[in-house]
Amino acid sequence: MRITGIAALAGLALGASAVAGVAGPHLRAAGGTISGTITYTGTPPKMKPIDMAKEPTCAKQHATPVMTEGAVTGPGNTLADVVVYISAGDQPGPAPTQPVRYDQKGCQYVPHVAVMQAGQPLEIYNDDETSHNIHPMPKLNSEWNKSQPPGTPPIHTSFDKPEFISVKCNVHPWMHGVFAVLNTSHATVSGADGSFKLEGLAPGHYTVTAWHERFGTQTADVTITGSETQTVKLVFKATPY
Amino acid sequence: MRHHSAVAALAGLGVLLLVTGASTGAAQESHVGNITGHAASGKKLYRRYCVGCHGPDGDGNGENAQWIDPKPRDFTAGLFKCRSTPTGTLPTDQDLFNAMSRGFVTTNMPIWEPLAAQNRADLVAYIKTFSPRFSTEKPGTPITIPPEPAATIEGILRGRATFQKLECWKCHGPAGHGDGPSASTLTDSKDEPIRPYNFAAGVPRFMCGATNQDIYRDFMTGLDGSPMPSFADQLQPSEAWDLVHFLRTLQPLDTPEALIWKQWVATHGSELKPIGPDNGGK
Repeated sequence: MRITGIAALAGLALGASAVAGVAGPHLRAAGGTISGTITYTGTPPKMKPIDMAKEPTCAKQHATPVMTEGAVTGPGNTLADVVVYISAGDQPGPAPTQPVRYDQKGCQYVPHVAVMQAGQPLEIYNDDETSHNIHPMPKLNSEWNKSQPPGTPPIHTSFDKPEFISVKCNVHPWMHGVFAVLNTSHATVSGADGSFKLEGLAPGHYTVTAWHERFGTQTADVTITGSETQTVKLVFKATPY
Repeated sequence: MRHHSAVAALAGLGVLLLVTGASTGAAQESHVGNITGHAASGKKLYRRYCVGCHGPDGDGNGENAQWIDPKPRDFTAGLFKCRSTPTGTLPTDQDLFNAMSRGFVTTNMPIWEPLAAQNRADLVAYIKTFSPRFSTEKPGTPITIPPEPAATIEGILRGRATFQKLECWKCHGPAGHGDGPSASTLTDSKDEPIRPYNFAAGVPRFMCGATNQDIYRDFMTGLDGSPMPSFADQLQPSEAWDLVHFLRTLQPLDTPEALIWKQWVATHGSELKPIGPDNGGK
């Protein structure tokens, strides 16, 4: 009995940690899963190569120039970097204490979109040889702007109010990222192949919202009755401008 | 029953106040020195002096706004450049009073010093009503600025090394002419193009005040809403003063720092490594 319980908890811990770093302490009994692939119709903008010539310490880290990340797509019209989360039907627990990590590496934000629950700690690292300034530009939370030279400790911060926050570095104008601050820990970001998975859901009626930084939001209603996997179709309308 | 309806009435009034954008209690007042300003009086003054640029809703969309650059401050964001408080925090009433009185040289924001202090305090109280932040948050704690040490060449040289190390030159340029590699790409928090300060400008153009204490505050609190970040986490107070003294040498003014610098450069100038990407031991 005891061994089975621990194995189930371990399995849940693995599953929960797959949910883009928002793993919370409120592990439930094995729950249902919502999964799917994000796709688009229409024509997305073409991503452009970034010229890092003005920052040679970063340019040399990339054998070929990196592309802008405003609309990252894949074969089969899949869409990456879409925040997928439960927007209704979930009782959010207290914010997880495990920090979300955000890196400045090669003069890019890694990951491009960081998902966190409101009040969850965020740690921002500068892995580069150049200074960056971290400049989140929220509308509901407080806007701040701090310099972070190389070799200095990570910046510890958090955001209290749910919001999608644009992040930029003023020194390196091509750097763009997103902090997705949400009211739930059931959240993830679609991968390069557009796939996503939300796990550990108790039976109930849920609304799943998918958010993309250029193409807006799509929603779907899903009912979980036990520990099944429900597949959801979420399609964005892409426009080139 | 009566008790409940009184509570309901108060709740309704609270909602009404929220809906009309007004805030309650202390946020309707300002405290500047021993003057108390009142938003109700400030509103009349605002309609006369400020609304043309800052707009009736305080969002910077006055009818003049389309013709001027930089754009008027959007008070609804609760974001202000010239503060004595850390980045991400609200300014004090004194900060707002000082910014208004000083004006923003080279912009369309005039020097409002000629208005009576009571009037300016009333305007501060009214301006705070445009952002809900002022009713839910206290202003930040003003940073402590230790007494300024006398300028020395050693301090100025340390300040120069800081200017190199913290990469100020990337925006401000190696000689502080506002021509660094990133200068032409800068945008403010409203995505409007903005240039970094050019220390070679003939007349001092510091927007947040022209004293050494003001310059200290510029980089130790950051100019929120602009690309200028806070370096408070990176500098000890003595290092900050060294940087202030070095920055003075970039200006075409006869400050004590500039004179010390000129004398030293005359004999030792060839020892200096240039500021910029080829320096810094990288």
